[in-house]
Parts: sequence; structure tokens; C-alpha cells
Amino acid sequence: MKTGRLERPDANGRFGDYGGSFAPETLMPALGELADEFERAWNDPDFKAEYERWLANFVGRPTPLFEARRLSESLGVRLLLKREDLAHTGAHKINNAIGQALLTRRMGKPRVIAETGAGQHGVATATAAAALGLECQVYMGTVDIERQALNVQRMELLGSEVIPVSFGAGTLKDAVSEAMRDWVRTVDTTHYIIGSAVGPHPFPWMVREFQRVIGEECLTQLGSELCDVAVACVGGGSNSIGLFYPLLETEIELVGIEAAGEGIGTGKHGASIIAGRPGVLHGTRTYLLQDDEGQVMEAHSISAGLDYPGVGPEHAYLFDSGMVAYEAVTDLEALEAVDLLSRTEGIIPALESAHALAWVSKNAARLAGETVLVCLSGRGDKDLQTIARSRAT
Amino acid sequence: MSGFAAIRSAFGSATALFPFLTAGLPTPADSVRLFEAMAEAGADGFEVGIPYSDPLMDGPVIMKGSEIALAAGTNRAVALDIVGEVAKRTGKPVLAMTYVNPVMQTGWTQYASDLAERGGAGIIVPDLPLQESSELAAACLAEGLGLVQFVSPTTTDARIGRVADANPAFIYGVTDMGVTGERTSISPHVASLSERVRAQTDVPLVLGVGISTPEQAATVKNLADGVIIGTVLVRKVLEAENAAAAAVALKSAVAEFKAALS
Repeated sequence: MKTGRLERPDANGRFGDYGGSFAPETLMPALGELADEFERAWNDPDFKAEYERWLANFVGRPTPLFEARRLSESLGVRLLLKREDLAHTGAHKINNAIGQALLTRRMGKPRVIAETGAGQHGVATATAAAALGLECQVYMGTVDIERQALNVQRMELLGSEVIPVSFGAGTLKDAVSEAMRDWVRTVDTTHYIIGSAVGPHPFPWMVREFQRVIGEECLTQLGSELCDVAVACVGGGSNSIGLFYPLLETEIELVGIEAAGEGIGTGKHGASIIAGRPGVLHGTRTYLLQDDEGQVMEAHSISAGLDYPGVGPEHAYLFDSGMVAYEAVTDLEALEAVDLLSRTEGIIPALESAHALAWVSKNAARLAGETVLVCLSGRGDKDLQTIARSRAT
Repeated sequence: MSGFAAIRSAFGSATALFPFLTAGLPTPADSVRLFEAMAEAGADGFEVGIPYSDPLMDGPVIMKGSEIALAAGTNRAVALDIVGEVAKRTGKPVLAMTYVNPVMQTGWTQYASDLAERGGAGIIVPDLPLQESSELAAACLAEGLGLVQFVSPTTTDARIGRVADANPAFIYGVTDMGVTGERTSISPHVASLSERVRAQTDVPLVLGVGISTPEQAATVKNLADGVIIGTVLVRKVLEAENAAAAAVALKSAVAEFKAALS
């Protein structure tokens, strides 16, 4: 067992040196109330039972842990896939969206907002909002609207409004900023369902709690044999923290995979932990891609969900303490992994999840004979256009 | 006189006017003269925006200003030089308005000493709430700089008390929910916010966010010791054909606000 796992952040919302609440004053009371209300709800057996019913009957949990036999054979590694792609709406994002939507209803707020990069969190939030009768608006960068057109249509079909964000790079960072600006204006009536384990306290903690079901199910499904290594992609880091947190109590080696984009050396990547340094973005202190003067830099990744210059503060803590190793794979390697899994197992992974898979295939020699669990955080239908375009160039 | 004392001395019998403008607009070379024009029109002090990539508390106009200033080469040193130059040429207290990350990257004490060395009087950091601000507060105290703390319509009375106990150079009262930007009318929250602050402290209260016209400024002048106007001024610079036209527009705008407050 690794020492130093934090059950919860400290009173100031810190995981070690990371986290906190670097938010405008207007939001401070709402953040305090949210932390209190989440804590009450999470300790309320009725709330928890309702959340678990939604996970079972609506999301379709538990998701399977699938042994990818053909790919295992070709890699020489026993590969297990945690099939979050089979969750309702096609990714792990729904675990958190349902949890926060239930919390919104409990707080008596009629409206939710969300940001989305790949569109998976936007779709999950739109879905939860429809199912619970909440008004929903989703902020999405114009670049992402283009590369994830299918998810835009899904959100609209679900009765949500997608609001384009055109400033900056028109990607996830800008969508988060604009959602926060909306929230500063509407906090009396609106809850911001943040999609990753980022943002000011209590978001990183709350999102982890709503995602830890991934790792808890894995422990049950693995049984006493466990596995040797568990791998997940890290953008903001919600599927990975959900997988890792329960596994921190075991001997399993944990590896988070960031987006190396066109290569770390090119500067066009999303590897905040590997290539960034601590700073403040979107209300939290964490590893950050920034220049010498603290201006935040644009991230780059072929996968919209990893195209973010920051990372959840608990990952920053886990990195510093050595409890989790972080590595990165490139756009090209991720694309190859999409092909590999599609053709050998009949599963089209999301480009995000393909990063974790690519790391295994890249390191197959060193992992030979080991059992490796990969969090297949989402399915790849949304990426078909991006994949086709990358083939054309 | 310390920066803190200079800021406090800006508050007299009339409601003080603190114009905000982004440093480096429209270019670093033309920036200082715009502040001088506003000083001539009666500004009592200034808030100089240090351009930042991710201005979370700002609406589209100030965001645009920040983007232009950055593109024109307004890095940290250039922006802080502008703060110093404005202080020197106008003799008014000048506060740097910056987001927390650039300060953290420079280091709390280094940033405070860089600012004080150039003649800056204080600092405003909208994403550094009270409970995260002790290190910067200590650095400011050591340099005699005035740190500003925020209250908003959502701030509880208990928290207003803690803000007052920190003895900021002034309390920045956010009049309206939302980010910086022009509004068609003055927020209904402003009177009760002012009353709640006044009930607890004599620390000067300066209202900002969403005060867009001289008429709106006039309606709040008795509720506060000072008023900050920003978006309307940045917009005038963005709309002006050149720096000279911007200076003229700013001078007349500030004069109108000043008249409305007296």
C-alpha cells in the first residue's frame, strides 16, 4: 500500500501543495456551500442510494472488465479493459454528471451549465439534465464544435443549448473560463457541473468521489489476483483519478498518460505534469503549461479531451509524492492504438483512451507477461471525422 | 509616504474616481499618455491592468484589451514600468490589477518589491480571495503597498468582517454579479452591499464592476468612498482611431464621471 493517499483535501481544499480556491469573491460563498452540501449529501445514505440506483439502472453500471485476448496475445501482455465506453452516453463522464445533477436538484437550483472539450462531458451533462428536468447550457470552443460535430447534435437533441466560445484557441481551456464567467453571474440559480477533477475546491474532490466507482469496481472484478499495472489517460484527469484513487491502497503500479501531441519537444502538446510547472489556472494550484512570466500557454492534442494546459490538483500531488508515474504518448501513437484495438478486438476507443492503450503497446516488451489494466474511458464514434482527416493528411 | 498611505489619502470629501485601463493599450509607447489625459480630467488614482492570458473576472471588452496589449509586447516588465511611469507623471496612487498566477511565478515578495521599487502604490488580485492572500499581504506590508480585498453581493456579513479585519487599502465592492462589463442599469444589490460594509468598518469602500455611465456613477456616489470604471474606458480606446483620439475620448469621459461624482 502506498502511504500518503489523502481521503480528502484539507480545510483549504489542498492536496499537499496543490488545489485551493483561487476564485473570484462572488463565487466564494457558493463554493463553501457546495462543499458543505456535497459533504452532507455524500454522508446521507438516501442520497448515496439514489446515486447508486442511477448508476445501476440508467448508466448501466457496473461496466465490464474485459480481457482483450487477441490483443493480449499479439502484445505478449495480459490486457484488461475497464469498459467505461459501455456506460450510457459512451464515456465515464456520466458518473460525475449524474452525481452533480442529483446534487443540483438537492440544492434546489433549476439550471446547470457545463464546459466540454471532446463533447463527452457536455453530452453526459445534457443527458443528466434531461433525465432530472434541469435547464442546461454547455460551453464549447469553436474548434471543438467543429471536430466533435456529432456530440453537438446529441446535446441539442437532448434539449441543451451549446454556446460557442470563440476567443483564445477555441478549445477546452476557453470553454472552462467562459463557463466560470457564466457562473459568476448566475450562481444564485445555477450549478456548474465541471467535467473534470479540476477547478476550485470542492470540485476536484467531489469529481473524484463521483468517479471512484471506476476503481472500486475494478478491485471487485479483479479479485485477489489484482493486476500488475493500471493505466489511464490524463487530461484534467477524471477517469484516471477515479481509477487510481481506490487502487492507491494496493501494490498495483499506476501510470497516467498525458498527451504528447506532436511531440514534447515541439511545444505542441498537453503534457502539463511532464512539461509544465506549478501555477494557478481555473481556481486551482496545479501543474500548468505556462511561459516564464506565468501566461498560460495553449495546449495541443489530437484528442479534444486531453487538449488542456492544466491537470487536476490531486494528480499534481500524486506525481510529486511518486505514488503515480506520468508519461506521455503522441497523436500518432494514439491514432495507431485506435486502429490496433478496433481491428483486433472490435472496439473503437476514444482518442483520449487510445493514449493509455498506446502506452501499453509501446512498452509491451517491458510489460511482457504482466497483467495490465487500461481504463477505456470512452468510445470513439465521436472521433471518426478527426481520424479520417488525419488519414487524409 | 507609503503606497498604502497614498491610496488612503486619495479618499476625501468627494467620492474618489479610479479609472481602470489595461497597460500597453493601444501600444506600450502610447500607454502612459492615456493615463495622463485621465489625470488631467480629475482622476484620483488609477488601476493599471497587467495583461494576462486568462482573465477570469473580465468580460469581452477587457479581455480584448488584454489580448491586444499582450500582442503589442506588454510583458511583465513593460507593464510594471508603465505603472511606475504613470505614478511618476501623474503623482496619483497607482494600483496594479493582475491575476494571481503571474505574481506567484515571480514570487510574492519579488513581485511586491518590483512594484514598490517602480512607485506602484498597491495591488488588486481578483482571483486571490482572502483565505489565499496571507503571503501576498505579508509581502505588501513589508513594502508598504496597499493590498485590496473584495466583497460581493454574495459575501456574508461574517466574511465582510474578516475582510475588514485584514485592513486592506480599500475594499473593492463588486456591485453586480458577473464579470466586468457595461450594464444598462445599476445593480439592485449595491445599496445593501454598501450598508452591510458600512455597518462593520470604516475601511474605504470602492465600488466597481458594471458602473458604465456618469448617471449610474451619480446614483452610487453616496454609497461609497470611491468608484472604479473600466470597461467603458477600454472600449473607448479600442474604438479610437489612434492614441491621440483615445486620449481625447478618455479625458472627456473621465471628466464626465468626475462631474457626476462631485
